[in-house]
Amino acid sequence: MMLRKWHGLPGLIAALVLVTLAVTGAILGLAPALDRAGAVVPPAGEVSVAELAGRVVANYPGTEQIVRELSGQVIVYYSQNGQAGADLINPVTGDSLGAYQPSAFFVWIKNLHRSFLLDTPGRMMAGISAALMLVVCLSGLVLLARRCGGWRALMRPMAGTGSKRLHAEIARLAVLGLLLSALTGSFLSAQRFGLLPEVSDLGPGFPAEVSGGQPRPVDRLQALSEVDLNDLRELVFPYPDDPQDVYSLTTSGGSGFVDPATGELLQFQPRSNGSVVQQWIMRLHTGEGLWWLGLILGVAALAVPALSVTGAIVWWQRRRSSSQAVKNAPAAEADVIVLVGSEGGSTWGFARALEQGLTSVGFQVHCAEMNALETTYPEASLLLVLTSTYGDGDAPASARRFMVRLRDFRACNALKYAVLGFGDRQFAHFCRFALEVDAALAGKGLSRIQPVELIDRCSAERFSDWGEGLGTALGAPLSLSHDPMPPRTSRLELAGRVDYGLAVQAPTSILRFRLAGEGQRWQSRFFRSGSNSLPTFEAGDLLGILPPGSEEARFYSLASSSSDGVLEICVRKQPGGLCSGYLHGLQPGECIDAFIRHNPEFRPATGPVPVIMIGAGAGIGPLIGFIRKNTARNPMYLYWGGRSPNSDFLYQPELGHYLEDQRLTGLSTAFSRSEEKAYVQDRLLQDQTALRQMVDTGAQILVCGGRDMAAGVKQVLEEILRPLRLEVDDLRAQGRYLEDVY
Amino acid sequence: MKKILLVLGLVVSVTLPAFAQAREVTFTTELYDYGGDGAYMALYLTDEAGAYQGTLWVAGKKSKYYKHLSGWARGSRLDPAEYDGLTGASITSGRTLKITLDLDDTLFDSGYEVRVDTAVEDMRDNRADIALPLTTDGAGTAVSGHGYVRSFRYDF
Repeated sequence: MMLRKWHGLPGLIAALVLVTLAVTGAILGLAPALDRAGAVVPPAGEVSVAELAGRVVANYPGTEQIVRELSGQVIVYYSQNGQAGADLINPVTGDSLGAYQPSAFFVWIKNLHRSFLLDTPGRMMAGISAALMLVVCLSGLVLLARRCGGWRALMRPMAGTGSKRLHAEIARLAVLGLLLSALTGSFLSAQRFGLLPEVSDLGPGFPAEVSGGQPRPVDRLQALSEVDLNDLRELVFPYPDDPQDVYSLTTSGGSGFVDPATGELLQFQPRSNGSVVQQWIMRLHTGEGLWWLGLILGVAALAVPALSVTGAIVWWQRRRSSSQAVKNAPAAEADVIVLVGSEGGSTWGFARALEQGLTSVGFQVHCAEMNALETTYPEASLLLVLTSTYGDGDAPASARRFMVRLRDFRACNALKYAVLGFGDRQFAHFCRFALEVDAALAGKGLSRIQPVELIDRCSAERFSDWGEGLGTALGAPLSLSHDPMPPRTSRLELAGRVDYGLAVQAPTSILRFRLAGEGQRWQSRFFRSGSNSLPTFEAGDLLGILPPGSEEARFYSLASSSSDGVLEICVRKQPGGLCSGYLHGLQPGECIDAFIRHNPEFRPATGPVPVIMIGAGAGIGPLIGFIRKNTARNPMYLYWGGRSPNSDFLYQPELGHYLEDQRLTGLSTAFSRSEEKAYVQDRLLQDQTALRQMVDTGAQILVCGGRDMAAGVKQVLEEILRPLRLEVDDLRAQGRYLEDVY
Repeated sequence: MKKILLVLGLVVSVTLPAFAQAREVTFTTELYDYGGDGAYMALYLTDEAGAYQGTLWVAGKKSKYYKHLSGWARGSRLDPAEYDGLTGASITSGRTLKITLDLDDTLFDSGYEVRVDTAVEDMRDNRADIALPLTTDGAGTAVSGHGYVRSFRYDF
């Protein structure tokens, strides 16, 4: 909780200031690359400083100073007829590349970046913002690791949905760049204000003895011919009216003087280690001379506005859902205690419904976060714990101190308890924290009023069932209803259907819907106004459908994406199935009420690793959607099982087409009611050598189909993977084994 | 306006006669609007041959940048004793620096020159942006420099 505060509060306060810093920083990040693009950089060993200076002086007799920027740009400062000038130079020819004029735009942006155009107070503000950024990055990194389930899991595919996931995904990409910018920026600012010591070489003292002889041409000076152009920083020419003056030379290695008559190097002082470090800190902040770093830091900086917006949304959502409205009995008087462990706040909704239900049947209910566990509850006879699990089995924010506080807890009377866990079966350790709490309470000598119950993805139905069971145990009718997110449905019109499988008693239909009333009005494509609109979706997301007369939605995997303009699902008619029967009875033009539920966990990996997709029957739906979208031609293999090639071979023509244009690399089918009498597991076993090889090179496996088929596939794959000393759960933990099972 | 009682260590010890008169001299340095960061400047005296004689004023607080004021840096050897108490803030682009100092009468019409070195971050260094003989007749006449100095004059 504390850490979250330290991530959120300064983050919000500083968001505006940081966005300014970040956007200007991103623009400045372009400068090194632009400078480098405009520079001519000869290979090392080709041009010496003496040669360069000779060429420059030939073109600019009034040369005063030659500077080589870290970008490779060479600038000559000269005066001609009393007029000062500066030109960019091609160091190979000594010719002018045009007048040198630092871009007024970049100078302005730079001032905006480091002082908000407000001089010293602005610099202080920028410095404080950099330090805040550092706090936000570090606290965010810890939160991110906790969310993913450990530091090692940071690079795995991420679970979750919406703003929270977007925030985490962007942060993961940008955090190292931001950390580097914030750290170096804070450091430089601290030095600017004297909080940290600053190392700088004052350079060598002026030589006491100068020969004062006849000056040689600059290209014949020994000391200058020994320095490669790429090591040059600055060469200042002697003042023309002063025979005692010398060249001042600064190189990457140090600085000294060169006698214009003898060409000797005088008083050379190597650069100190401190100054080298100092310069590197500067370069790591600005990307000067490191154009690629400049671009990386610039792109990372651009993540800040996006992180600010998503972060603010998450903060607002959390705030809204944790504000309590129900009257709460004091802990010392309540006879039922409800403790809540919640990270994002969604568990609170269930807790409030429970509190309301219990209060309405006459109980005095005290509801609090798990961290607020008292040492004892004198009047209580029942303790109910509702908790989610964070990341890979950790306590959620409002329960992080629970286990410690539990040590001092003393149970009064015959306190009974029940634990209700909330989670998502796609996480490797489903509801692990709830199970730990259940065991810990048992360890305290409390007895369960009912066994621990685990609820997958906020299922309102399971919650209601649990309440019924609890009511029976308490001897009071308890009716709990809480739908965490009452879905806003849209009206969809059946645009077309293709039917398969009737002959083999597996009626399966491909149904295509579109928004009712769409299609006629061109405006609707641009102005999704009014009530009937859909959020964007992709193949693999779920379409929730409410059959008439039912309050509970059924979910079907989508085979299409928003960009296809239709919602395509594949539905097998279940014997006695309410929703599937309803859908199969639909005629084109008829309408349904439906909503989108995002399911971003179930997606193929992008990139060159092979994707092995395994499905049976209607489970081909999301898989065909993935293949359609595989315009990058990444290797994708489909294993699919049906009943008969003549009756229920879903998408047969389309699959042939994808094989031809290489969106699909390989297709293997199995039909259980044909002569071969084969299942998809048999095909996997046949190809086991190739499959092992692909898994060994990092392949990802996606399974979609019924529960029995998924269990069969898993069993076969365990066998196939055994020689690799791998288990399916290992792959699952790495995000390489995904299931969409119904 | 800054008012400093100048004690020119070197100059004073060499040239001070028994009953020297001092006079109050104001140096006015106006900069061009060159559009960069604040300028570092050194005002100093040299003899006819251009040899450093003493520091009048240094604008800019960070000694690590002083080496860019090369003529002055070389003459003063960047010895802090040469400029202690004679430093102030760097001068913003387009602004004017006025300093008033008590100078020994004998410095006038004796071949001394006042010089101004200027430097700006990421821009050129100007040794002797201004080099102006210190004479009684020259007072009140503005000259322009070849670097960042739009006009320079001294009055008394």
